[in-house]
Amino acid sequence: MKDWRYWLAEQRGTLLAFAIFIVMFAIYTANHPAGFTANVVQTASNKGVLLAFVAMAQTLVVITAGIDLSVGMIFTLTNCLASWLVIGTGLETAFGVIAVLGTGLLCGAINGAIVIYGRLQPIVATIATGAVYFGIALLLRPFPGGSVNEDLADALTGRLFGVVPASLVALFAVVLIVWVPFSRSVLGRAAYAAGSSETAAYMSGVPIRRGKFAAYALAGLLAAIGGLFLTFFTYTGDAAYASGNAYTLFSIAAVVLGGVSLFGGKGSAIGAIFGALAFRTIGDLLFVFDFDPLWQPLFQGVILLIAVSLGAFALFRVRNRLEWFL
Amino acid sequence: MDGAAPLFRMEGISKRYGGVRALEKAELSVTSGSIHGILGENGAGKSTLIKVMAGVVAPDEGSMTLDGREVSFASPAAANQAGIVCIFQELSLVPELSVADNIVISDPPTRFGMIDRKAQRRIAEEALARAGAADIHPLALVKDLPLSRRQMVEIAKALARKPRILILDEATSALAAADVAKIFAVLKRLRGEGLALLYISHRMNEIAELADQCTVFRNGRNVASYAAGSKSDNEVIELMIGREYSHIFPPKPVRLPATAAPVLEARTLSWTDRLDNVSLTVAAGEVVGLGGLDGQGQRELLLAFFGVLRGLSGEILIDGRPVAIASPAAARDDRIGMALIPEDRKTEGLMLPMTVRENLSFAALDRLSKGGIIDRAAEQRLIDDMVGLLAIKTAGLDIPVGALSGGNQQKVVIAKWLMRQPRIILLNDPTRGIDVGTKQELYQLMRKLADAGAAILFYSTDYDELIGCCDRVLVLYDGAVKRELVGAELTERALIASALNIHGGDATPRHGADA
Repeated sequence: MKDWRYWLAEQRGTLLAFAIFIVMFAIYTANHPAGFTANVVQTASNKGVLLAFVAMAQTLVVITAGIDLSVGMIFTLTNCLASWLVIGTGLETAFGVIAVLGTGLLCGAINGAIVIYGRLQPIVATIATGAVYFGIALLLRPFPGGSVNEDLADALTGRLFGVVPASLVALFAVVLIVWVPFSRSVLGRAAYAAGSSETAAYMSGVPIRRGKFAAYALAGLLAAIGGLFLTFFTYTGDAAYASGNAYTLFSIAAVVLGGVSLFGGKGSAIGAIFGALAFRTIGDLLFVFDFDPLWQPLFQGVILLIAVSLGAFALFRVRNRLEWFL
Repeated sequence: MDGAAPLFRMEGISKRYGGVRALEKAELSVTSGSIHGILGENGAGKSTLIKVMAGVVAPDEGSMTLDGREVSFASPAAANQAGIVCIFQELSLVPELSVADNIVISDPPTRFGMIDRKAQRRIAEEALARAGAADIHPLALVKDLPLSRRQMVEIAKALARKPRILILDEATSALAAADVAKIFAVLKRLRGEGLALLYISHRMNEIAELADQCTVFRNGRNVASYAAGSKSDNEVIELMIGREYSHIFPPKPVRLPATAAPVLEARTLSWTDRLDNVSLTVAAGEVVGLGGLDGQGQRELLLAFFGVLRGLSGEILIDGRPVAIASPAAARDDRIGMALIPEDRKTEGLMLPMTVRENLSFAALDRLSKGGIIDRAAEQRLIDDMVGLLAIKTAGLDIPVGALSGGNQQKVVIAKWLMRQPRIILLNDPTRGIDVGTKQELYQLMRKLADAGAAILFYSTDYDELIGCCDRVLVLYDGAVKRELVGAELTERALIASALNIHGGDATPRHGADA
């Protein structure tokens, strides 16, 4: 086989998510009263990148065969923190941004430390830490409020050169600065190896613990970037429980849509980003076709089921039934 | 050997797992530029020895010296650093990663902190070529390769680490003859380059072809070292056996062959590359053993009977009538009445956190309930019977089964199936990791069940057990039945010889399929 075929096989999940998104988005813009305009794209982009950041965060942890149920709460916590700190002069704002991102990194590192060194199951550990992070968010913002440096906010949610949505550029930058180096580093390789077969990785002398720890910590950082952008869009901090939980669950859906295996070891954050954008577009589609928004959860569920079923076809080829349960 | 100082030496190495001693004051020395063959039965301590060398297991006592300096390895990575690289029996490849990713996995080349994919590709291609497997594409995912190709990747991966001592543990067990020849050429070249190679294999002809020096292990000790070719196959087998025989087996009934009609029969069963035209019969009251080396298709054969495998070809007959067994639930149905005592009780036999009572009644719930409601009194009666029959030692029926000792856990698994009063009992190496006392009870129980009319198919990796318990033993090799040993033919020597598929010993070849 030629090299490109292997590349294609590896990127199949990502390309599928990309195709689903493009089709859905094309249908959306074709039926939008305004059509394919910079404005429509900007709005969609601004809504989409939030989930995209959180889905990227989830991807890192899922690759290690774990799951992070606290990403939505880190997202909420950093939103509340940003509504206090990311304000004032340029220097003050810069420090605020660093503090917010540092907090996210710390939250992720705590998750990682508990899961890896405390040997708790990721699902339990992150439910608990998620509740703690939400509690802190609630202390910071008992009621919605606060404010943000509006110049920065407008710059990052507006358009570059009048056409390109700035939020999309920011997303692209984060992919280049966080995801690409991670996925090509030894630690990233270790995270994949640990997710695919932890014993084989151990026997090969792979730094499993450091790889997993890096994955959890960077997940916290990415969720915080999402939280920061939420603040830029809304100009406020809001410790909304339902919203945090929804982001956690949607991030898992986006990851699955993006071709990342929940069993670990396989998938890419790029796929998860397209998964997130596609998932978000479902709501927009219902809007342009004049459906009652009440239908939204139902449609999101159906799309997710279809996407997941595509991945289950492999089970028909299994010849030893005990392998169904592996 | 004389003259050359050994590169690596192990002295007085002991290792215990719980009450079981895996190694007892074992010694080994390895010289550069030679191939050292290691022989021994299943469970003789070879694997543990290798694991100690490769830093996977820490020995309880003993010392290791490399280049004359004392060393100890805290992890496989530490052993690799010292130049000891092992190719394990269970593959150590990461399935979702590519061949190239796997080859460089312990020490990937980096540039600016990121993995240098071009360099990685180059290293992988070189290593594959050195292993004589240049046809494997470095970008292919390991999970998409067949087992024999994976084994070649495993060897390439070991070579990429520039080892001084290379250990191959059953490295050829999954390989086709053509691949074995390639590997042998590679190994001989590596010997010429000054590497020390340790070669563990059950295939005596391979050892004879490759090795310069051989060491035989038995019961956790090295019992003999000799220059390759200085002993005959039979002498080597004597060295491998040489173990005291314990009279813990119940007497076998004297019976004429083929007096009873078969209850369970297989005709030309084949499945993927693991089962090859297996035909056998088991009559009521008979204990039939499955022998051979580990992993020659015995487990798959039992799973085939129990309805776990899909795409099986051939026929299964119960009481002379062909049946299609589609699932374990169908196999245990009263019309078939089959039970399988699995090999891995912790995953396939028991639900460890649940209570002894719950575990016992799982398989028989349908018999104990009317209209979906469990008859608690009947359940209790049956459980009491079983606990009494098997003498299960437990602090109570409502404690988690995970709290019981290994032997008592195994009794729970057996009791659970006996509650259905099965007519056909399949046992998959049921005495692994069990103390001698419990083993003895199980042997007696097996005979008692057979006398009560059950047909028993018994796979064991312990030759003593097969000889002591079985009326007949079928020896499998490479998925096919190679020999049938009955009555006086059933000796340890014959079992080992036929398990290794060498035509020696005092066994007669199997005469066709059962008519």
